[in-house]
Amino acid sequence: MERTYKVYSITNGTVIDHIPTPQALSVVRILGLGNEGILTIGIGFSSKRLPGGKDIVKVENRELSRDETDMIALIAPEATINIIKGGVVAEKRRISLPDSVKGVVACPNPNCASNVLGAESKFDRVGGQDPIYRCHFCERTTRIVPELLVRTRGR
Amino acid sequence: MGSFKGRSIISLRDMSASDLVQIVETAGRVKRGEVGGFLAGRTVAVMFFEPSTRTRLSFESAVLHSGGSIFGFASSDSSSQSKGESFADTVRTVMGYCDALVIRHPVEGAARLASELSTVPVINAGDGANQHPTQTFLDLFTMHEAVGRLEGLHVGLLGDLRYGRTVHSLAMAMSMFGSRLTLVSPPSLRMPEQFKAELSNSGIPFREVQQPEEAGTDMDFLYVTRIQRERFVDPQEYEAVAHCYRVTAETVSNLGGKVKIMHPLPRVDEIAEEVDGLPNALYFKQAHNGIPVRQALLGLITGGLD
Ligand SMILES: [Zn+2]
Repeated sequence: MERTYKVYSITNGTVIDHIPTPQALSVVRILGLGNEGILTIGIGFSSKRLPGGKDIVKVENRELSRDETDMIALIAPEATINIIKGGVVAEKRRISLPDSVKGVVACPNPNCASNVLGAESKFDRVGGQDPIYRCHFCERTTRIVPELLVRTRGR
Repeated sequence: MGSFKGRSIISLRDMSASDLVQIVETAGRVKRGEVGGFLAGRTVAVMFFEPSTRTRLSFESAVLHSGGSIFGFASSDSSSQSKGESFADTVRTVMGYCDALVIRHPVEGAARLASELSTVPVINAGDGANQHPTQTFLDLFTMHEAVGRLEGLHVGLLGDLRYGRTVHSLAMAMSMFGSRLTLVSPPSLRMPEQFKAELSNSGIPFREVQQPEEAGTDMDFLYVTRIQRERFVDPQEYEAVAHCYRVTAETVSNLGGKVKIMHPLPRVDEIAEEVDGLPNALYFKQAHNGIPVRQALLGLITGGLD
């Protein structure tokens, strides 16, 4: 029997669906969300598209920009975005890897100026399908993985 | 030709082939004495957060030879860093005293950060294992001086290709001039995949071998580097590769006799002293070329030369 989702539907805001389990909390972290209104997080729903299960994040009363949602591609490229307005889907959005990433990801090089000298981290995309980025400071390339996310977004 | 005035020199990644040619040509004008005194009335600050006597003296000599003034510190003990001043504040303070900043720092990306804080141009004189662009400029100048061109050369890089930033930068520069590279190292010190991928992406043919003689007899330059003890965590691993190369007069003749031998110095035992007297030996000339190349660069970025 089909199980009813125990995630409230929202009237206005952004629904991030098809996040591979258990990346929902990383998605919340990469978006720097937490203190800006109601956030509903569902983890471990079954999914036809994602055999390992999917997570859903609903952000109420906030329409995330394309720059924001593209950040999700770093850790959950399969995710899909629905912008909800007045209870209906106003926009279905695909995400793609951002050209540059500022502040959200820590450089894995312990001898990097972004870790030692207080510079805000910055990465530029190297190219290809994978999330491979070059550090603006130490110039090393790195694959961005959830473990490299910093706790809060520098803003 | 683009203008260098006000531009910071941080990484080979920021440079185009025409930038490199402009630096090499300007250094040639300086060395031939066609221009001089172009730093008169200009002041250069050298901030060395880790000691490097050779590099510092080379910059100091370059400034003095061009009629400029110079001040600074030679290690972080003598700076206000030891009083806990932040790197950013030191840069913001010193930039008000000078027309250009030369920075050496053990942290990778320090010079890049400084260039983003500073209103005067910054030259990276080495940032940890990352970049040391002026070394590459003087290498290119020395090659150009020896054979009259930079395009289409067959260059061998020998020694520590894994940790050696000098060879990484040189490989990056050579890839802008359609070179062919032979990478000579023990298997444990091969060039990292990241750099090899960059060579492949720029369409540069390269071959990895363990002995220089495997490169054939048409090599234009053999660039020899020291295997540095301080790079190794495990002393046994260092000992296993420490003395595996020694370029001798016989090596030179096996490589066809026309090959020019280069080395960023200091050497330990990678090049036999018998090579010093051969016309193939370029390494002392290479070290001396650091002066006109750094003069040219300082002239270009401060607007004293164009
Ligand atoms: Zn870094």
